[in-house]
Amino acid sequence: MIRLPDDRTPPITPQLALRIALLGGVALALFAIIFFRLWYLEILSGDKYLAEAKENRVRVIKVQAPRGDVVDRNGTVLVDNRVGIAVQIEPQKLPPEGAPRASLYRRLGRVLNMRPARVRSEIVQQRKAVPYSNVTIKTDASSAQYSYLFERQQKFPGVTVSRVYLRRYPHHNLGAQLFGTVGEISPEDQRLSRFRGVKQGTIVGKGGIEATYDRYLRGREGATRVQVDANGRPKGELQKEEPQGGKQVKLSLDLDLQKAGQEALIEAGGGLPSAFVALDPRNGEVVGMGSHPTFDPNVFSKPVKPSLFRRLNSEEHGAPLFNRAIAGTYPTGSTFKLITATAGLQSGVITPGTVLDDPGSVTIGNIEFQNAGRVANGAVALRQAIQVSSDVYFYKVGAQLNGVRGEPLQSWARKLGIGRPTGIDLPGEFGGLLPTPKWRDALFRKKKTDRPWAIGDNVNLSVGQGDLQATPLQMAVAYATIANGGRVVRPHLGLEVEDAEGRLQQRIDPGATRRVKVSDANRQAILDGLRLAAGAPGGTSSDVFGGFPRPVYGKTGTAERPGQEDQSWYVAYVPDKRRPIVVAVTVEKGGFGAESAAPAARLILSKWFGVKSELVVGDDRTR
Amino acid sequence: MSAAAGPIKRPADEVVTRPARAAVLPLDPMLLLAVLGLVACSLITLSTATRDDVPGDPDYYVVRQATYAVIGLVLMFVVSRFDYSRLRELKYGFYVLMISGILLVLAVGGATRGSKRWFELPFFRFQPSELGKLFLILALSAFVVDRLRRINDRDTTARVMLLALFPAMLVMAQPDLGTGLVYVLVALAILFVAGTSWRHFAALAALGTVAVTLALVAAPAVGVQILKPYQVDRLTAFMNPSDNPGDQGYQQNQSRIAIGSGQKTGRGPEQATQTRLNFLPEHHTDFVFAVVGEQYGFAGAALVLSLYALLIWRGLRILTMAKNLYGALVAGGIVCMLLFHVFVNVGMTVGIMPITGVPLPLMSYGGSSVLVTFLAIGLLQSIYVQSRAAVASKRAAVPF
Repeated sequence: MIRLPDDRTPPITPQLALRIALLGGVALALFAIIFFRLWYLEILSGDKYLAEAKENRVRVIKVQAPRGDVVDRNGTVLVDNRVGIAVQIEPQKLPPEGAPRASLYRRLGRVLNMRPARVRSEIVQQRKAVPYSNVTIKTDASSAQYSYLFERQQKFPGVTVSRVYLRRYPHHNLGAQLFGTVGEISPEDQRLSRFRGVKQGTIVGKGGIEATYDRYLRGREGATRVQVDANGRPKGELQKEEPQGGKQVKLSLDLDLQKAGQEALIEAGGGLPSAFVALDPRNGEVVGMGSHPTFDPNVFSKPVKPSLFRRLNSEEHGAPLFNRAIAGTYPTGSTFKLITATAGLQSGVITPGTVLDDPGSVTIGNIEFQNAGRVANGAVALRQAIQVSSDVYFYKVGAQLNGVRGEPLQSWARKLGIGRPTGIDLPGEFGGLLPTPKWRDALFRKKKTDRPWAIGDNVNLSVGQGDLQATPLQMAVAYATIANGGRVVRPHLGLEVEDAEGRLQQRIDPGATRRVKVSDANRQAILDGLRLAAGAPGGTSSDVFGGFPRPVYGKTGTAERPGQEDQSWYVAYVPDKRRPIVVAVTVEKGGFGAESAAPAARLILSKWFGVKSELVVGDDRTR
Repeated sequence: MSAAAGPIKRPADEVVTRPARAAVLPLDPMLLLAVLGLVACSLITLSTATRDDVPGDPDYYVVRQATYAVIGLVLMFVVSRFDYSRLRELKYGFYVLMISGILLVLAVGGATRGSKRWFELPFFRFQPSELGKLFLILALSAFVVDRLRRINDRDTTARVMLLALFPAMLVMAQPDLGTGLVYVLVALAILFVAGTSWRHFAALAALGTVAVTLALVAAPAVGVQILKPYQVDRLTAFMNPSDNPGDQGYQQNQSRIAIGSGQKTGRGPEQATQTRLNFLPEHHTDFVFAVVGEQYGFAGAALVLSLYALLIWRGLRILTMAKNLYGALVAGGIVCMLLFHVFVNVGMTVGIMPITGVPLPLMSYGGSSVLVTFLAIGLLQSIYVQSRAAVASKRAAVPF
């Protein structure tokens, strides 16, 4: 400030002038700092902050898409959805630890009829399992609870209620092991190529049909982008994407047969752990598949308590979750003779007319092998040998096949599908074990067994004993191959993908089938033997199928298992122009084949062909 | 400023224009312009930012702020008509009034967020500590003028500082850290303008450092909490805002986002989502500058800052013109007080200062703050008017 001397009262001392100048300098500096900071925030980093501001205000609310239904071959619904009300916790939005949070748990517990400690432990446990995601503390709240919580969202910070689709199984335990469960996609699954592009939190199939055909059933979830204020209250919709429901999957399963099969297992198997498979030998369509004991999959639409889960998996309760039809591996007993016969005939070791003496026992390699009960059948050719299930006949064939180039017994067993998965469209299938010299010798070298391969191993294998492990499904496929003339079908449940109204959209390709060459004469001889076994006097299951109006081609099996009772087997083929069928049944500890498995098979076949159901227990005591 | 005006031209100039100008506008026009500009900015900003804040009454805050501004303008005009020099004699009255006001509010006042700051009056919440800022300036300036001959005594400096620290402590107990700091700063400013020796300032700086260290480090270590936990939170949140985006860091983060998203010319009132959707806390009071930044961008923020710069510059100019030392000291105190408010508040919204709850003069909504600022401006105007009158009295009588 420059002024004339006479203008100024009182005169500014130089000291005051300096200090005012300093004050001005400080003010200038402070304004400069703020200007530069503003420049930095608004001009240099403006884009970044604009993006943050946009992100701040937009919440994406996911809208779950209903999964498609699963129906049987006649269109009967096997799995559909119902709407449930889920009460979820968003852990980040909970009030601070301590009294406010404890009070929230208390109030929430009162509403949901849960103890506050239970609410807390549920949150802690689920967060440990899947951090950063919402915790579902109740999936099936009542509508009263829904409206109470929905109208008081401010009083329950961090608690959301939403409608969710839950899986429903109207037929309860029918086919329980086939469908699998659904659940939020796991981080591991997200890395798999078949789940590419699936967003976190999406419900996907976790097993069974739900997993195999997930990409059809899943649908696409919708999203509503909402503008929210700082308290998370919605302030208008920005964009909406409707959810797309999943497609319907039609299975080859026939619900009536499925029901009959599961009931037959209980009726004929006496509640013992057991399994059955019924398929079309022409194409491998599985029309029935059951495993006992079973369970009601509806329990999985809510979070399953660990105690229940343990029980569903425990051995002493028969492991109801376990699908014995595809994952139960057992020695098969005499049902394996079909394979031994094929190997013997095709390798030329025997012909259909070759007669071998069956005096009731035979000594091979210093070991005496006997028929069941040392029954002597005398001189038998192949057809009679199958009819009466002569062990000695097949022992001799097995002994002759041992050491032959190319291991015909093992290679035919493998060709017919033993020792490897059949490729059914269900996860969790086991391949079983086909004992070979190479396998046992390798074990012996690693000192995991007491001896190398011996001829006795082949003799045992020829009647389905020893180290052999096979599933009911594998046996059904082997029989179907002989029945259909050499096509090793790939069993499958998935038939068609349909839209929600049931219109065909796409057929499911079951995959290629292999072909094996069995000469017609040989095949006919084997089928004759099977027909005699089920239908001629003296046949092992002839008393079970006495009076059955259809020609049954069936073989009993009685597998000896170390340390427990014999396992009952039956595999049968019934030709029909329109609906031929192969049925395989096994009952753990079920005794002789004619005692429990064959009667169950009769009940199943009765249903399939509309014959009066009748439980007929045979008294044949052969293996 | 008027360096261009030569000595030859001036006498004629003054003879012709001064009596006329004094009659038409007996105030510093530039200062008045800055004040009116800021009031306008405040009303424009509040009118859009607070539209949804009071359900059913979109103009609630604007109408009130406008009322305060009108009352404030009248007060300013009235104060500018008086000779501020007479206030010197009332120094004890001011000091006692200030202290009793603060004590009274501690005893019976209302509270926001655990801090007692105001009385509930029929039209607004009266905050005695705001008015106390002005009273302290008036009282301390008078005290310093009385002891002018002993200005370089340690005793004088110590007494002035103690006179300021006593109310500062009381205000911090409310607790209101920001206002307490204003009291201390005002005392320092008055001492500075009065010519207190540099050595005294050095000693005060040393003492201050020791005291702050004790309060922040030593006292908590032995279990005595001088600062409230939320104050510590604010200070630490300011140092590392990303550590706790949930609480104190949240406000500062949202404020930065609001200002940054304004970019060059702002998002406009409709698109300013940070403000409209309430992400920006306290957007009508402490964070009103962030609203300006978001709605009107760098351009708007720079305009507001320029108006403050104009205000400060006019204040400093009036300081140089004061007809006596009392006027210079009061002007110095007021200018420093305003500068502190502007820098701390704007610094807080742009994330370079901690959150202290200091309002932005004239911009922030609030009766006490607006009225006290107008009183302060009125005092500045009075100093200006008196200096012009003193010059004029060489030729004529005071024109009013």
